[in-house]
Amino acid sequence: MSTPFIILIVTGIILVLMYNSLIAKKNQVDNIFASVDTQLKKRYDLIPNLVATVSKYMEHEKSILEEITQLRSKATQPNVSQSDKINLDSKMSTALGSLMIAVENYPELKANENTMHLQRTLNETEEQISAARRAFNQAVTDYNNALEQIPTNFMATAMNYRQKELFIIPETQRENVNVKELFN
Amino acid sequence: MKSSSDLTDFYYKKLHPTLLELEKRRKQLAHRIIVIFILYSVMSLLFITSFENFFLSGDNFIFALFTYIGVGGALYKYLISDYTKSFKNKVILPLIQALSKKLDYFPDNHISSKHFTKSKIFTSHPDLVSGNDLVRGEIDGISLEFSDIHAQKRHKNSKSSDSYSTIFQGLFIVTEFNKHFKGRTVILPDTAQSNFGNLIGNWFQSKNFSRDSLIKMDNVAFEKEFVVYGTDQIEARYILSPSLMDKLLHFKKRSKHPLSISFVGGNVYLAIAYNKDLFEPSVFHSLLKYKIAMEYITTLHLAVGIVEELKLNQKLWSKT
Repeated sequence: MSTPFIILIVTGIILVLMYNSLIAKKNQVDNIFASVDTQLKKRYDLIPNLVATVSKYMEHEKSILEEITQLRSKATQPNVSQSDKINLDSKMSTALGSLMIAVENYPELKANENTMHLQRTLNETEEQISAARRAFNQAVTDYNNALEQIPTNFMATAMNYRQKELFIIPETQRENVNVKELFN
Repeated sequence: MKSSSDLTDFYYKKLHPTLLELEKRRKQLAHRIIVIFILYSVMSLLFITSFENFFLSGDNFIFALFTYIGVGGALYKYLISDYTKSFKNKVILPLIQALSKKLDYFPDNHISSKHFTKSKIFTSHPDLVSGNDLVRGEIDGISLEFSDIHAQKRHKNSKSSDSYSTIFQGLFIVTEFNKHFKGRTVILPDTAQSNFGNLIGNWFQSKNFSRDSLIKMDNVAFEKEFVVYGTDQIEARYILSPSLMDKLLHFKKRSKHPLSISFVGGNVYLAIAYNKDLFEPSVFHSLLKYKIAMEYITTLHLAVGIVEELKLNQKLWSKT
């Protein structure tokens, strides 16, 4: 075999490997986003129930409740893009956070078993969402790194791949919400 | 649960009369052991010199040396067996009961090898599992058991004798985890990254075929200390919340020995490689010595305290 031919084969193999690794990274991002999405849906399913229970007692927090309902209806519409979902999620987390703080001011609510149960379920879903977000961010970081690093960056430009957005995880959410403290 | 300093107080105050009595026995025993071993060595030497021609060849000499060490070890074990028994019943048992009344102590048993294999911390299957000092019970309603474990692998030699290599020796802890999970997450000490640096180390880790897929965690200090393999990228992060990662790092610092952890089938498994038999009485050092006492106390406190340390008793989630 002639030398140019060997070089051609080796270059071909390297190109294929690069191409495949980029595809794998992109699919990993989409895959994990699908899981994030499932978890987010789970949380959106909990919200009507939560709003219904809480609104009976809450008088001064109507604006938060309205915001939550609005965000939910936006997020559950069909054809919401990945980056819109990411934005809506972060708004929803903030709104739910302030709602949970507001619950503090209502002793009747704190004594209500239904709210208690909803809180627990919501808390667990939040934990799962947070885990999924972190997994997503890692996958996106791997993907984004490949887009910038030599040699895959040339291949990525040729494939017209764009950088993807990360979930912003607020500092407050890095800690577990302590339901016990909330209710005692 | 009692703090480590409370336990030290307990050791030196409540157990003091017992310790003095044991100390007396220990001194006699140490004396007896020295005398017997001098006699044993002199007799062995006489035996070897009387058959000088036979033992002059290398192979036979090595054989004699191994026999000398083997018989000596068995003799030593036999001599200290009574003393060991009283030590465990009179010192270790009260210490455990001082930590929690809901714990039982079985000096001669160990954690079943099923648990050891199920943990998936070790990829090679042990052929010989021994151990002792099993503690079993519950802390705050969370079941907990731990023991000394020595797991070994047999290697077939060309000659008839087999040799054994150690897979793990140290403390093995099994307890429940407070979140639901289905897959498998294994956390190991990070040897590749610290030996070869980040770039090459990471590459080695991702090419480890005997393990599940590599999971990179978003806590820099944790990543430096550990490497995580798991069946599910999201579940591993659900288990290893940022706060649990911090707690595990803290636990690692306290244990001062290589620590491996796994989450399998609703349980948490922790393997701390002390590389020696724990909770054994000291024969040639005083039981009243602070360093000796602290070794028993800190090890017990570390193992029993795992539930509190990792907050496994917090039922925040729907798992009841």
